[in-house]
Amino acid sequence: MAMLEVHDINVYYGAIHAIKGISFEVNEGEIVTLIGANGAGKSTTLKTISGLLHSRTGSITFQGENIAGTAPHKLVGKGLAQVPEGRAVFLQMTVEENLEMGAYTRPNAEVDPGLEKVYDQFPRLKERRKQIAGTLSGGEQQMLAMGRALMSSPRLMMLDEPSMGLAPILVDQIFDIIRSLHKNGTTILLVEQNARMALSVADRGYVLETGKIVTSGSGKELLSDESVKKAYLGG
Amino acid sequence: MSFLNNVITGVSLGSIYAIIALGYTMVYGIAKMLNFAHGDVIMVGAYVCFLAMGNSGLPPVVGVLLAVLVCTVLGMVIERLAYKPLRSAPSLAVLITAIGVSYLLQNSAQIFWGAATKTFTPIVSTDPEARLWLVPGQLSISYVAILSVACCVVVMAGLTLFTGKTKMGKAMRACSENKAAAQLMGINVDSTISMTFAIGSALAALAGVLMCSAYPVLSPTTGSLPGIRAFTAAVFGGIGSIPGAFLGGILLGVIETFVKAYISTDLSDAVVFAVLIVVLLVKPSGLLGKYVPEKV
Repeated sequence: MAMLEVHDINVYYGAIHAIKGISFEVNEGEIVTLIGANGAGKSTTLKTISGLLHSRTGSITFQGENIAGTAPHKLVGKGLAQVPEGRAVFLQMTVEENLEMGAYTRPNAEVDPGLEKVYDQFPRLKERRKQIAGTLSGGEQQMLAMGRALMSSPRLMMLDEPSMGLAPILVDQIFDIIRSLHKNGTTILLVEQNARMALSVADRGYVLETGKIVTSGSGKELLSDESVKKAYLGG
Repeated sequence: MSFLNNVITGVSLGSIYAIIALGYTMVYGIAKMLNFAHGDVIMVGAYVCFLAMGNSGLPPVVGVLLAVLVCTVLGMVIERLAYKPLRSAPSLAVLITAIGVSYLLQNSAQIFWGAATKTFTPIVSTDPEARLWLVPGQLSISYVAILSVACCVVVMAGLTLFTGKTKMGKAMRACSENKAAAQLMGINVDSTISMTFAIGSALAALAGVLMCSAYPVLSPTTGSLPGIRAFTAAVFGGIGSIPGAFLGGILLGVIETFVKAYISTDLSDAVVFAVLIVVLLVKPSGLLGKYVPEKV
């Protein structure tokens, strides 16, 4: 059974039908990516999985349990973490306080070992740990958002546009980190507009267009698919 | 000497404003709403203490504790019944509801306890002799003033430690910045907001008892004007900021006292609000209000 199974979800913003019957799955140990243009419904899908939005139909099963309709704050404890779009770090709190918030559902004894692990992965965050998050650069904030999600020791980490607004060199760095998280055993669901980067790290991918999945396949297949090339990879 | 006496009076009055303003500012910081019923919670606290001490003859400490307890519960009930259903409603709807709750509390007080003004029994002696003389015959501090300033300092220090060092306090700051992100951390935003109302209302009860001890008249509208002045103090200092509420409260008390002493009793509110307007023109976020640039 897949770790995450999304079955036939339909999500509305008022009268707008944003997600039209999407189904997909993420298996344990995979990196799966949802790619598509701005407004295709990628972030909406993630927000529905994490409980910030609700589907009118279907089911969302995480590790065998139907989580549709569960309050977002109860999902973290089940091993599902999300790195939100635009990073959403707590700008007025220090780097370390942000990371502590990531471990909110964990026992106190796990906080310090968790910090050690995150600081090993992101030495830059260790240097800046007493600094207010609002003073970090965009790339550092993205690292902080990822480190914060890692603090909850997630089984599945969902990343919403981690490359958004970053310089190319930083985008490479962020994708290196995604690869290393994956190597350390975290299953990843990645939403990206940067389709080339996303497909190059992903085991499998789904292409979203106006609220529907139009194509799916392995990362390699999609990278060489003519219609995907034309629409998302610049020919 | 009269100058120093006025400073003392101003700081002690300002301490009471600061305690009220701390409640305003915490609720605003986390629930992003102006709880205009906050002043009336002060009044309820004062009545509870008055009835406990007067009718039941309980000692002042028990009266204060009862007032704090009743108001804590009252604050949580108001939030649950009146504000929580409006969590995603336009802010104007919440504002009008808060004004409605304010009138509901005032009119309920009138029904239960009557419209007539009562003489509050101070929790510490206000006998003209019950004061600490700094310069014999010239400069003195009343026990109520000492108690008010001490309470304010303790509350301020306690809240600073709470929000800076404890897990719950940090979660409150996280909620105040970004509720969706806080939820994704596993923080229960609803119970955090409820907790904030509990703390704010407990402070309101304390402020009510101190205020009525210093100025011992009590009626159903006792809380409204101090509530508005404390709101002004919170905006003055930078709404959402705990040190800002403290500073704003003290400054407001001192300015009010000085205007009353040296200019005119009638003009004190006018001058206080004029100062507020000037401060906001120069620094719209208030004296200690933060402006944090957001990176996209």
